[in-house]
Amino acid sequence: MKTFTNSNARDPQQAVKLARDAHAAGKAASFVAGGSDLLALVKERIIQPDVLINLRGLQNASEVTSSGGAVTIGAGISLDALSRHETIRTQFPALAEAAGSVATPQIRNVGTLGGNVAQRPWCWYYRNGFPCYKNGGNQCFSFAGENQFHAIFGGGPSYIVHPSDTAPALMALDATFRIVGPFGERTVSAKDFFVLPRQNAAQENVLGADDVLVSIQLPAAMAGARGRYHKVLDREAWTHAVVSAAVVLKMDGDVCRSARVVLGGVAPIPWRLPEVEQLLAGQRITDDLAVRAGAASIAGARALSKNAYKLPLTKGVVRRAILEARG
Amino acid sequence: MNEKLPDSPDWTRREFLAGTSAALVVAAAAAGTLEAQTPGAAPAIAVDPAVPHSTIRLTVNGVARDVEVEDRWTLAELLRDRLGLTGTKIGCDRGECGACTVLVDDQPVYSCSNLAVWMDGRRVTTVEGLSNGGPLTPLQQAFVAHDAAQCGFCTSGQLMSATALLKRNPRPSAADVKAALAGNLCRCGNYNRYVDSVVAAGGGVRSSVGGDQ
Ligand code: FES
Ligand code: FES
Repeated sequence: MKTFTNSNARDPQQAVKLARDAHAAGKAASFVAGGSDLLALVKERIIQPDVLINLRGLQNASEVTSSGGAVTIGAGISLDALSRHETIRTQFPALAEAAGSVATPQIRNVGTLGGNVAQRPWCWYYRNGFPCYKNGGNQCFSFAGENQFHAIFGGGPSYIVHPSDTAPALMALDATFRIVGPFGERTVSAKDFFVLPRQNAAQENVLGADDVLVSIQLPAAMAGARGRYHKVLDREAWTHAVVSAAVVLKMDGDVCRSARVVLGGVAPIPWRLPEVEQLLAGQRITDDLAVRAGAASIAGARALSKNAYKLPLTKGVVRRAILEARG
Repeated sequence: MNEKLPDSPDWTRREFLAGTSAALVVAAAAAGTLEAQTPGAAPAIAVDPAVPHSTIRLTVNGVARDVEVEDRWTLAELLRDRLGLTGTKIGCDRGECGACTVLVDDQPVYSCSNLAVWMDGRRVTTVEGLSNGGPLTPLQQAFVAHDAAQCGFCTSGQLMSATALLKRNPRPSAADVKAALAGNLCRCGNYNRYVDSVVAAGGGVRSSVGGDQ
């Protein structure tokens, strides 16, 4: 592997300072937590850091704290711990399921919530070093190329899909993201955290080069809602979603008061479906309504040359996820 | 084939080597252990002083060690190239095959995808540490009895994932085993035997899958 210096950060402020100092000295620096994604990028020379700022030692980075029903989750919690956490499993089941569906046990044991949200795309052009938007270039090779796994919503000029399983669940739960950067702290809603390629084709979220994602908050209003993360893969394990859906239903008896439906694997960001949510609100969740919600889920979708199969698949995933969330 | 576990729980390594297709892996593992844990054995690879490096203290198979590592070394490189513990295999070096699986604080991880320098203060167990020169563990004996290893390259990784599972869940079902081994590929495709071995090691009956292939 390329040589680099490993710097252990004690707290987010120190991590930010280490990054600023490295950048000021003309060095390339990357934050690293679990490292599964980052080391792969270094080995492929997609990125060539001089300094790795290690976030594994941040104090309290993996704590889950509750206050008045709202929950704050340290971004450094492992995906395995998150998937087994009692409060998350019972109060925010869609997130626990999403975390438990990531990759493999070995990756969930070190992979963190923050790293899962902020991982880079797994587009094969990007990972193989093609000079695409994500690699500092100005084209997307998938558009006229091998786009089987690429976007049917929100694409252009880049057609990557957001690879995270936890991100759709977080968006469905109205999560907010606490970021520490060079100018202090800020909190960003899920709606504003992820960015479309037409806003910024080089990155997937608002994190700047010196920003650390510290924690993620789930609001009390979503605690106890029914939830489900339904993920379809092209094999049984160890890969990203071809299509997934996070569904959160707030119920009054058997009537749905309000719903959140967010797709993974189909767009450059977790893709919320407001029309489908409106279709469910105020209704009894019947099998027939779930079929109609599935049908409505692909309004506005546009297939590329090789991924039209994602349209019927999305319909089915949405229908199933809604019925499974209803229970 | 013989579907029963060996009657004696205390097979020696020599009997094991004589009697199984896993010989290659375990022979390498055994040699590695002896070398690495023999004082005075020369490390295969030394730190290049021109490259950023650090000193860490970790426990490997129960032995506390202070080691100097290049910051860029993976845990797999530390174990194999520096400590001589070659039972841990490198297949893909990208977190995509599972051959490099070891336990860190009892949890299976890919040693190719964790830096050695991050192991400061941690407890690492490799395949050499399972029986540590003594009799094979019941899980290892079940692997022998079920001919779990074919070429053997993935075997140490399968053992580590399965060891972690049995510690958490001593009587796993076939479905539990499949979920726990989902991060370990076998290019020989001997999955059914691996699942059967782990179920048997937990005292369960063989799974319904596959039979003798
Ligand atoms: S060598 Fe580590 S997962 Fe393949
Ligand atoms: S036994 Fe050959 S790779 Fe698994």
